[in-house]
Amino acid sequence: MASKVIHALYTDDDVLMDAVKRVRAEHYHIEEVFCPFPVHGLDKAMGIPHTRLAITSFMYGCVGLTVAILMMNYIMIEDWPQNIGGKPSFSYIENMPAFVPIMFELTVFFAAHLMVITFYMRSRLWPFKKAENPDVRTTDDHFLMEVDAGNHDVNKLTSLLGDTGAVEIKVIDKEEDNH
Amino acid sequence: MYTLSNRLRLFSVILMVVGFVGLIIGFAQRPGSIEEVKERMAAHDAHGGGHGEAAVQAEGHHGGEHADDAHGGDAHYEHVLHQLQNKPWAALYVAAFFFFMIALGVLAFYAIQFASQAGWSPVLFRVMEAITAYLVPGGIILFVILALSGFHVNHLFVWADPEVVAHDELIQGKTSWLNSWGFIIRAAIFLGGWLLYRHFAVKYSRKQDEDAEGNKWYKKSFKISAGFLVFFIYTESMMSWDWIMSFDPHWFSTLFGWYVFASLFVSGITTIALITIYLKSKGYMEFVNNSHIHDLAKFMFGISIFWTYLWFSQFMLIWYSNIPEEVTYFITRIEDYRLPFFGMLVMNFIFPLLVLMNSDFKRVNWFVVMAGIVILCGHYIDVYNMVMPATVGESWFIGISEISAVLLFLGLFLFVVFRALTKAPLLAKGNPYLEESKHFHY
Repeated sequence: MASKVIHALYTDDDVLMDAVKRVRAEHYHIEEVFCPFPVHGLDKAMGIPHTRLAITSFMYGCVGLTVAILMMNYIMIEDWPQNIGGKPSFSYIENMPAFVPIMFELTVFFAAHLMVITFYMRSRLWPFKKAENPDVRTTDDHFLMEVDAGNHDVNKLTSLLGDTGAVEIKVIDKEEDNH
Repeated sequence: MYTLSNRLRLFSVILMVVGFVGLIIGFAQRPGSIEEVKERMAAHDAHGGGHGEAAVQAEGHHGGEHADDAHGGDAHYEHVLHQLQNKPWAALYVAAFFFFMIALGVLAFYAIQFASQAGWSPVLFRVMEAITAYLVPGGIILFVILALSGFHVNHLFVWADPEVVAHDELIQGKTSWLNSWGFIIRAAIFLGGWLLYRHFAVKYSRKQDEDAEGNKWYKKSFKISAGFLVFFIYTESMMSWDWIMSFDPHWFSTLFGWYVFASLFVSGITTIALITIYLKSKGYMEFVNNSHIHDLAKFMFGISIFWTYLWFSQFMLIWYSNIPEEVTYFITRIEDYRLPFFGMLVMNFIFPLLVLMNSDFKRVNWFVVMAGIVILCGHYIDVYNMVMPATVGESWFIGISEISAVLLFLGLFLFVVFRALTKAPLLAKGNPYLEESKHFHY
């Protein structure tokens, strides 16, 4: 089933933000907005639910901290205790200050890397993936708002988009959703 | 315009009076002789404390002369006597410095807002200006206490005692810096410079309100703020050596200035948040939205982590290298001050880390207030841990002097700050970034 969407292009992020709020206020459904850079507050304006990436990041951090503690405990205390600088390694807690940098680094390492990987998976990004943005100018200096035309009056919608300061408006017949 | 309510005025006056009376009692209760100390310790030990033995090996801090003296007899009691005589002075000093450092931290934060031309914060400028008003009375009081200590009216600074210095080669090597006149002249320069900046920054900010044409006064504020920050980071560092690190004149740490800076910075930012939330709850400052509170809470969170980073950097290197003259600093704190030393870490690091980590919680006022109160208490204990071990040693306890000193300076702080708030409109309407700040939304 083919569906109609409208692509409206903007050249300024503030204009785009106001346009998003206006279009949402008129109860149209915004499918997606393509930007050359992250626009602060755009997710809230579009009504996208709050990201849960931060929660995963916290959990990954906890995993990293646990890995660091178990690893250092095995390497430095259980497997091969040494007497370094007059501090014999017989107890993890007594030697803890020396392990803090590793605990910190692995917490950050796990949180950062796994969060990025999660983000890629969640955004359906992987190597050699074909780009999804409908207009290459969105990688340079244009912002593109994709509005679902649905059963609405296309002329009314395009005139509304024109009022919000769009520099270019295109009506697209979209084949079955490709993402 | 904000008007100081009678209740708040009365509250702060009562705090001051109670604190003042309590301090007088604290000073009056100091033991006058060794006999009194013996009596008190006997009573104390009867309550069941193995306190006596632990204290015997703990001199060294007050120079070498105790170690050389006879160990037996009254040497130990004399030592405790000196510590107990120091105690109200040290309590006064900790509280005076703590509230002064809040105002100083706010002053630095205020200057940074101008120097970085921050767009989010101008709606908070009047709160910051009001808090820095405490620098004047707080600075004068602190200067008097420093002068008394520097000239050995009390025994807070061992380097100020000529008898100790005569027997202590390490301090002798430092007398070109650590001497009474140098100490007091430096203090005058630091305080003078900070107060001068404070005076002109506030003056220009008020003038900008009256005459915003061409932003003439704003540009002046920008220039003096940038200049002040350069002056501040040097003088703050030296201030921390003079006013805090010199309590342990044998010991030194190269990042101490930063460490104290992190402490005063986070306390200052926390106080801005608390006072802003208080004013909002009273129906003032309707132009402050929860994004501003969010940003302040982010600073509270971030600078708490920064403080911990510096605390740990200082601790770990000294712990690892285990060099006797350095490591005594932490040994005293861990052996005699275990609870405040580790308790402060929980309050200043773990608590803000867990409470303020979630983005949504930073917008909830009561969360920020709760975290803020814990952070402020934690940093009071931080100052306490820096001052007390060298002045009262193992004879510490939170008694009437400590609580009274805090009440006295808290009352003075509230009185001065909220009276300063009434002096100007709560919105710095001439600031060129005001519109951006009002619409700040994240």
